[in-house]
Amino acid sequence: MSKNDDHHHHDNELDPMAARVKALETILTEKGLIDPAAIDAILETYETRVGPRNGAHVVARAWSDPGFAEWLRTDATAAIASLGYTGRQGEHMQAVFNSPERHNLVVCTLCSCYPWSVLGLPPVWYKAPAYRSRAVIDPRGVLAEFGVELAADREIRVWDSTAELRYLVVPERPAGTEGWDRERLAGLVTRDSMIGTGLAKTPEAA
Amino acid sequence: MNGPQDLGGQMGFGPVAPEVDEPIFHGYWEKRALGVTLAAGAMGAWNIDETRNARESLHPAEYYSSSYYAIWIKALEVLLRRHGFVSDEELQEGRALVAGATPKRILKGAEVAAVLARGGPCDREVSSEPRYRAGQRVRARNMHPQGHTRLPRYVRGHVGTVEAVRGGFVLPDTNAHGLGENPEWVYTVVFDGRDLWGDDGDPTLTVSVDAWENYLEPA
Repeated sequence: MSKNDDHHHHDNELDPMAARVKALETILTEKGLIDPAAIDAILETYETRVGPRNGAHVVARAWSDPGFAEWLRTDATAAIASLGYTGRQGEHMQAVFNSPERHNLVVCTLCSCYPWSVLGLPPVWYKAPAYRSRAVIDPRGVLAEFGVELAADREIRVWDSTAELRYLVVPERPAGTEGWDRERLAGLVTRDSMIGTGLAKTPEAA
Repeated sequence: MNGPQDLGGQMGFGPVAPEVDEPIFHGYWEKRALGVTLAAGAMGAWNIDETRNARESLHPAEYYSSSYYAIWIKALEVLLRRHGFVSDEELQEGRALVAGATPKRILKGAEVAAVLARGGPCDREVSSEPRYRAGQRVRARNMHPQGHTRLPRYVRGHVGTVEAVRGGFVLPDTNAHGLGENPEWVYTVVFDGRDLWGDDGDPTLTVSVDAWENYLEPA
């Protein structure tokens, strides 16, 4: 069954959970343990301010500035912070660069570790058992489900995010983008390409 | 612990089902779940490792049949009960009944931006020198602790190569259980796909984990 054509995602029943969350929020608010304004501010942050555009700007800068790329390679936390992207789940960053020889793929088999500060909140599939179980044992099969076919001799390096390091994949810069400015380059960088389940868009597809 | 969270290499969960144009949240309750979880965490009564342990300690049948934010909420209820902030009766009735524990702090709306931007860095000084160096062969220990650990089962007992020494970080195995931060060196250790998965493994595959020093032994 397709999960996409009926707008039915592969999470489970919602109504009992909606009631449960509401009850919990009510109790904590009545006790003064949480401030509703804080929840609003948290949601506003992750719905409008922090998302994959941050990471796309990091990648576009790396594509167009060799000095920045080298900084990103050696101290990703500082290089990314220099663009203003800091914070929760991005405290300790590592950038990993795709090349003609090697493709990088990021997973957290143990939970859902993900670089929030540059990619925002993770998609459902990243947190779900199918991806977490298979990314380390059958990465080519997983990539095929994302429509990505790599050459048979292309090395695949899977980074299991088991500690507090958060990984950002720097995809290869597409051909035919010589002379593009950073904003235009950033438009080619997809969220999935920065996880490794996708590639950067080609100029024709952009 | 060898809980339901330790998914690497397990089979039977079917294909990955990426959703086209997936929304940030799939329902209003998921938003509230994220907000409530982060706001309650800001009380400072527990740390990220205790949170992870609470999630992985859910019964496997419950873990596997719950969506991700449902796992968050079920674990949050455990943490709130454990630390005396809510009672079972309150959770059943959906309203406040007793005073309960006093938090270290309450996150206010105006503070959120700064708190999120600061995050929770967990790098720490380690007084000893790193026991291993890049290029060295190491074995992931064959260990099955009942408490929290961040060494996945699929690498245990396997030999890999240290690629990098990442620095000193809080040890989750003790920090999850109120036993202190006990920072250790963390190493990126790379394993050959066929060492992990046998002769049928992808010959082009390498997999790395980030391992605390005492997860490793000389090979």
